[in-house]
Amino acid sequence: MNTYYNPEDLPKFGTIGEESPELWEKFISYYGAVFEEGSLTAREKSLIALAVAHAVQCPYCIDSYTQDCLSKGVNEEQMTEAVHVAAAIRGGATLVHGVQMKNIVKKLEF
Amino acid sequence: MDKMKWLEELKGIPDFESCIKDEAIKKALPNIDIMQINVGRLCNLACKHCHVEAGPARTEVMSREVMEACIKVFKEQGFSAIDITGGAPEMNPNFEWFVNEASKVCSHVIVRTNLVILTEEPYRHLPQFFAEHKVEVVCSLPYYRAKDVDRQRGKAVFERSIQAIKKLNGLGYGKDPELVLNFVYNPGGAFLPPDQNSIEKEYKAKLGAEYGIVFNNLFAITNNPTGRFAGFLNRSGNLESYMNKLYGAFNEGTLEKMMCRNQLSVGWDGKLYDCDFNQAADLTIASGETIMDLVEKPLKSRFIQFGKHCFACTAGKGSSCGGTTEEKRCG
Repeated sequence: MNTYYNPEDLPKFGTIGEESPELWEKFISYYGAVFEEGSLTAREKSLIALAVAHAVQCPYCIDSYTQDCLSKGVNEEQMTEAVHVAAAIRGGATLVHGVQMKNIVKKLEF
Repeated sequence: MDKMKWLEELKGIPDFESCIKDEAIKKALPNIDIMQINVGRLCNLACKHCHVEAGPARTEVMSREVMEACIKVFKEQGFSAIDITGGAPEMNPNFEWFVNEASKVCSHVIVRTNLVILTEEPYRHLPQFFAEHKVEVVCSLPYYRAKDVDRQRGKAVFERSIQAIKKLNGLGYGKDPELVLNFVYNPGGAFLPPDQNSIEKEYKAKLGAEYGIVFNNLFAITNNPTGRFAGFLNRSGNLESYMNKLYGAFNEGTLEKMMCRNQLSVGWDGKLYDCDFNQAADLTIASGETIMDLVEKPLKSRFIQFGKHCFACTAGKGSSCGGTTEEKRCG
């Protein structure tokens, strides 16, 4: 193995169900239902998935949902904005934890 | 290497014909509606996805003799629509004569335009000419944003397309029920098209708000792995994955409405094909007859010539020159 991440592994995703098929079936049926058209369109859901894929830094999901977004008529500008949403939330989450740092400093310093 | 050989050599993709269980599907319908006529490969553009590899340097142009044979066969065989395509069909020197003659014998004449040609001399009068003949205009506009259109079709194509559409709208196209204006979306690369109704809504909202443009329907067409697009797939290392996408999305329910079953496609030199993509694949009808051979003869029922490129017409909700084949139109 040259790398931990290999594009050829993505089609093997289903093999995860081999040792626990019931749990896998439940997951896959839930997953399918989540991405169906609902109050949000399938296109909106794909963009959310793309943003989350970047936030959790999953290369498989980034590959899948970039392709899925393109197939749903999403352009690169819109995808880039979604990535910025992920970046802003991650950055904001880091910064807001700074309040904890400040609280501790306040408590310990004269 | 022959581009069709690239497809045939993909071992993971079966022969298209082996995916058709119903033998009747392999034949064209007894009464065919559409005669699609490719009047030449000459074009003012050279789009990256063009399956017939049209462009300014192409010299293949349909003669008036072949056009006359098309009109005769149309009258004799009871087709219902004439669908004129290219290249840029407007660049054929007999184009206006042909549209005139077609309009005399056919109440549904379609012209497929790249729009840009309508902003160039000596073609600027053609929108008015189309309106006078009540021609249905089907135009290529692969996205609602300049960056994406220009990347696929060339510099400033979007801006000039918008100019042409505004002119067509000004003549009543997209507004008057007799002046139908349809757009064609195709993906800007190696991916499948979106849901036709969804992307149509987006086009209408974006183009309406930004440019005040109106149109009737949007046809979402899957890029066919032939011609210039096949070259791109091969060069970019996307050929196998794109074919896997098409095959993975194979939908048996789309077979019955494949456009090849309801049309006859005429090449610039009079050769006959089951569809325009088979023209690109150089796959003539099985009998080898030309349009000239069909004059004053009955149109025989024919077996369709298939290849692996046919998976583009059966992926997802299906694809044809009229867009998705399995989808109901909203509104």
